[in-house]
Amino acid sequence: MIPELAKFKGFSIKNLPKEEPLAPGHRACQGCGEVLALRMVMKALGTDVIVCNATGCMEIVTSPFPHTSWRVPWIHIAFENAAAVASGVEAALKVLKRHGRFPKTRHVDVVAIAGDGGTADIGLQALSGALERGHDFVYVCLDNEAYMNTGVQRSSCTPYGAMTTTSPPGARSFGQMTWKKNVPAIAVAHGIPYVATASPAFFLDLMNKVKKAALVKGPAYIHIYAPCPTGWGTKGEDSIKLARLAVDTKVFPLYEVIEGKYYLTRKVTKPKPVEEYLKAQRRFRHLTPDHIAEIQRRVDAEYERLVKLSEL
Amino acid sequence: MGKRIAKEVSIAIADAVKLARAEVIAAYPITPQTHIVEHLSELVANGELDAEYITVESEHSAISAALGAVATGARTFTSTSAQGLALMHEILFIAPALRLPVVMVVANRALSAPISIWNDHSDIMAERDIGWIQMWAENGQEAVDLVIQAFRIAEDRNVMFPTIVNIDGFTLSHVIEPVELPDQEEVDAFLPPFRPKYKLDPRKPLTMGPVGVPEIYFEAKRAQDEAFRSARRVINRIWKDWAKRFGREYNAVETYRMEDAEVALMILGSMAETAMTAVDKMREAGKKVGLIRLRLWRPFPVQEFRKAVAGLPVLAVIDRALCIGGVGGPLGTEVRAALYAAARRPRVVNFIAGLGGRDITVEDFEEMADRAAFYRKKRPKEAYEYIGVREV
Repeated sequence: MIPELAKFKGFSIKNLPKEEPLAPGHRACQGCGEVLALRMVMKALGTDVIVCNATGCMEIVTSPFPHTSWRVPWIHIAFENAAAVASGVEAALKVLKRHGRFPKTRHVDVVAIAGDGGTADIGLQALSGALERGHDFVYVCLDNEAYMNTGVQRSSCTPYGAMTTTSPPGARSFGQMTWKKNVPAIAVAHGIPYVATASPAFFLDLMNKVKKAALVKGPAYIHIYAPCPTGWGTKGEDSIKLARLAVDTKVFPLYEVIEGKYYLTRKVTKPKPVEEYLKAQRRFRHLTPDHIAEIQRRVDAEYERLVKLSEL
Repeated sequence: MGKRIAKEVSIAIADAVKLARAEVIAAYPITPQTHIVEHLSELVANGELDAEYITVESEHSAISAALGAVATGARTFTSTSAQGLALMHEILFIAPALRLPVVMVVANRALSAPISIWNDHSDIMAERDIGWIQMWAENGQEAVDLVIQAFRIAEDRNVMFPTIVNIDGFTLSHVIEPVELPDQEEVDAFLPPFRPKYKLDPRKPLTMGPVGVPEIYFEAKRAQDEAFRSARRVINRIWKDWAKRFGREYNAVETYRMEDAEVALMILGSMAETAMTAVDKMREAGKKVGLIRLRLWRPFPVQEFRKAVAGLPVLAVIDRALCIGGVGGPLGTEVRAALYAAARRPRVVNFIAGLGGRDITVEDFEEMADRAAFYRKKRPKEAYEYIGVREV
């Protein structure tokens, strides 16, 4: 067990931090699950942080000059390089502390935040480099499963069958025709100390994972499910319900990988059918029973794989 | 005063970065920049330079990590060439807009294709409008001096712009030259620690790199342009201070044997050494030829340049890069534009020479000066001419 984690007692309803490093009044869509998740991420991290934000929804809605939602130091450089920028921030803090130019005992968590496109597609190289080099930082991927900021185009994290503006269903297409890229597994393959998936429907679990990610020395990766009413064709008030359904149908399993060892953090013993999850969203409306059966088969197989990994 | 010793220029540049007490280095290897970053790695590995060396996985990440580091308040250095600089392109514009004063040495090299590791200026000319201060070193001593000066210039609170020192790949980066490295105490006295006005610090949070809505973007860019132009005064002041401390004078525009010149060759970078030899030879033969070299390329020193060409009949501008489909080489086009409003201006003859590592010889300079002299009375038919290229 990692000693830093052994000491961590965890958040509960009674000891939730009052601080809101991400202020309200931002310009996210109604019911945005991503900004809810981000708020929880920041609550867990507190104010001794430096945030490196990739271009994307969260960057846009929180920083229209002269307004900002950030009560903590925050930098946005570009789309694909949040992990690289964070590498520089982390290295700078190390050397400034050595040179007595920053308080030696003050711990600052360096956090990179990006969407699924900024993580799984255009930012994958920078992420891999930063994980491999072993920087002490937390990478948070807020996965709303498409390029929502530019108008719902498919990414490699868009789920099988989903309709987006660049994976439209048609005579020769049933929407996204590839399976979702498994970015947490890619992160695990780097041999980093901490990887986890999280969902805003399970906010204490999410916050605890974020805090653990910050506590471990070295790189940590958190992949967070982020419902997008605008892009998915769902009701704003249903975002958290949907996030819960994604977990209960095994579509988005919650787990941790600590020093390479998998732990299911929410075992789904009585799974709901995947169909229930798919039917709740306009992006899956065109799917045939055959498609749904295929998705159910893949979801079950993926979950079984995770169970096996957790039993190793 | 430091000792004058023979050193490979790349090694001397790394030593200058050490003298400047760089705190973070983020670099990715590319020929001909490699010797600089290899030596810096050694200095860090040996504990001679107490810095963080980030072995990034690409140049895009090199400049991104460098910006993260400098935004956090660490003195930061990077270096690249050609394709690497091109890969940085997107981020290069962001550095000056956020007023992040990173220092970069570009070992100039031709851009692909065909792939070439050899020298010309096509890499940096593709980046001339990125908003970085850009200077050119003629020799090893200048490279060392400019690198140390670059940190002071870039980090000055009245400047706060990233700065590039250009050195010609191989023809300067890999040659061994006599170089005087200043003493550490002298450099420390010249270059105080980096204390940025704004930085990422939880004790004083700020938002860096926000969205520029249409109501603000234009004003932000104009402010950047004006701040950049006014950096000229600070650069001159710092060069004066340098001359006082180290006895070596630096000007935005350097001239050589320009008294009564009828033709002037105009160049950038290390080809000045060959060009001066050519000028001496032609002067001995009774030809009134001089040399003009821009040390400062951005911001373009319009006044100094106009002064240097005052009364000059013909100016031969030598470009080591192409603007394919344009109206001249990048330097030629710029010079013509800078002179257009002048009441009296020399005839500008533009030559393209030395692409992809083709040597520009003394004879080439003589030919260019002769051709330029011929054009004193007769307007050239073409916007630019090639020198030193085979016709078959």
